[in-house]
Amino acid sequence: MADARSRFRTLLPRRSAKLVGGFAIVGAIVLFAILGPLIAQPPRDSDNASLQQPSAEHWLGTSKLGYDVFSQLAWGTQGSLMIGLVAGIIALVLAVVFGVLAGYFGGFADEALSLFTNIMLVIPGLPLVMVIAAYVQRSEGLGDFARSSVLVAIVLGITGWAGSAVVLRAQAKSLRSREYVAAARVAGEKAWRVIFVEILPNLVPLLAAQFIFGIIFAILGEAGLSYLGLGATGSITWGTMLNDAQTGQAVGTGAWWWFVPPGAMIAALGAGLSLINFAIDEVVNPKLRLAPENARKVRRAARAGVGVTETGVIA
Amino acid sequence: MSYYLRRITFYVVTMWAAVSLNFLLPRLLPGDPAKIMIGKLRRANGGRPISQEMIDAITSILGSDEGSMWDQYVAYWGRLLQGDLGVSSTRYPAPVADLIAQALPWTIVLVGVATVISFILGIVVGAWVGWRRGTWLDHLVPITTVFQSIPYFWLALVLVAVFSVNLGLFPIIGGYDFFAFPAGPEWSWAFVGSAVTHAILPATTIVLSSVGGWLLGMRNMMVSTLSEDYVVTAEAKGLTPRRIRTKYAARNAAIPSLAGFGIALGFVVAGSIVMEQVFSYPGIGKLMIQSVQGLDYALMQGVFLVITVTVLAANLFMDVIYGFIDPRARHNG
Repeated sequence: MADARSRFRTLLPRRSAKLVGGFAIVGAIVLFAILGPLIAQPPRDSDNASLQQPSAEHWLGTSKLGYDVFSQLAWGTQGSLMIGLVAGIIALVLAVVFGVLAGYFGGFADEALSLFTNIMLVIPGLPLVMVIAAYVQRSEGLGDFARSSVLVAIVLGITGWAGSAVVLRAQAKSLRSREYVAAARVAGEKAWRVIFVEILPNLVPLLAAQFIFGIIFAILGEAGLSYLGLGATGSITWGTMLNDAQTGQAVGTGAWWWFVPPGAMIAALGAGLSLINFAIDEVVNPKLRLAPENARKVRRAARAGVGVTETGVIA
Repeated sequence: MSYYLRRITFYVVTMWAAVSLNFLLPRLLPGDPAKIMIGKLRRANGGRPISQEMIDAITSILGSDEGSMWDQYVAYWGRLLQGDLGVSSTRYPAPVADLIAQALPWTIVLVGVATVISFILGIVVGAWVGWRRGTWLDHLVPITTVFQSIPYFWLALVLVAVFSVNLGLFPIIGGYDFFAFPAGPEWSWAFVGSAVTHAILPATTIVLSSVGGWLLGMRNMMVSTLSEDYVVTAEAKGLTPRRIRTKYAARNAAIPSLAGFGIALGFVVAGSIVMEQVFSYPGIGKLMIQSVQGLDYALMQGVFLVITVTVLAANLFMDVIYGFIDPRARHNG
């Protein structure tokens, strides 16, 4: 029992400044997405004066149509996070299916799945998303679903999994040749059990990292799509805010409070998630953590006059 | 040689897949793009009926009710190999192929030059930051992620707001000065100068947004490489730090960056497409956006195909270089 727990602990990122900082940023944004809409005025309330500078009444000013930018930002955060989450989950599931299965089964299945993955990887994602969106959104058969944020998330999910699949395949392939997996197979465990019980738990840090990449990719993709007017109608996201700002000439009229906050939120969320990924990276690849520490130790020793590298071969 | 053969086979298969995807998308997704497109062309023609030849071109690209899927597929390839991509409805009656031929050089030069600058900058700075591991520079590394997460088009908006609108240092939109050259592009120093001034902000956007990825990847590989045994051996032999840094560590650490170039290029292309909208840059991204917003399906299909082919060509080029510098890739396939 204690053994299992300590094994699990080695999978967890060490509590470092990067991890704490990353969680603080992401946590704050998630909290804002949950609480913001509760305290802000309705996002499409156009009774306010238009293009107001930030003030005590309107913390982030108002847009050309008189919408309160703070309230738009609160709802937009919610919308963008939802799309990122849904698309991230879809991409992760597809990446596991294509990557882990290819890596585990090898042979012909590997060849076929990898070929498909690599084709998806080199076909540029965003243009493909734009093409699919342009067709799907104009079709009458789908009704309201055709321009919903769920559909945008699905399209982003099914176009954004290939990179993760490549990473997972490489790792699954290496795990597959380990002795404990061979032992499990000799013991007669079924393929699905080996994959879910023996292999997937050891992929947890990688899965987390790829999930985070998937979310960043989807949120950036959604922002681009919405900015071009191809996003979901009816919902508010960071991308639709930027699209409004573009059509409202926010840059030309110097209404910085309108277009700066949504982009800053995207950058902050991306940075926060990347920080968490850094912490995970240092678990997956201990050299990243140990090498700088060693270099620091050597330098400290040299300064104290103990080391042999006075000219600083390492430092 | 089998490495090159394998890679070329892969790109031929991918080419085929991309063309087939282009063929299938308008046919399998719900909606009737051919009907919409023909209606648009008729309106663009001033309400007069358009020629049967043009209708055939559109149905061969976007699908028709007549003929089996296989016949349509063969006809589609036939037209494609003749370079016939149909007629644009938003820029009626310009052929799609001509529009793309005008726009493509702008994007290739801009994205190409900016990517090369960004790549070299990222590798050089990344190698240096990795070499100085364990110093204050480590704390700068997380900052690069902020730049990486910034959407290209938003960075472009901010740069325009600061440098063009407020400071007036750079032009706001376009690829060259429309008023100085009303006849369009020409080969003169004045025109090239105008084009370069217009390209500075878009190129800066691409470099700032993409350099973080190269820098971070190179730094991490450098840190890993520096703890390899052969680096320790080199140190023990008493080689100069400079020699170890450049000849032993950096050269090996740069290999994964080159291998990952293709994936990164996809991101740069995606970012640049949206960014061109901000600058109204006369490149392929602007054309793509215009076609999507105007439901100009023939133009959209053509642009998507050309973007894919260009990215594949760049990937193949990098693979050839990669095979040249890393013998392991050649021998292990």
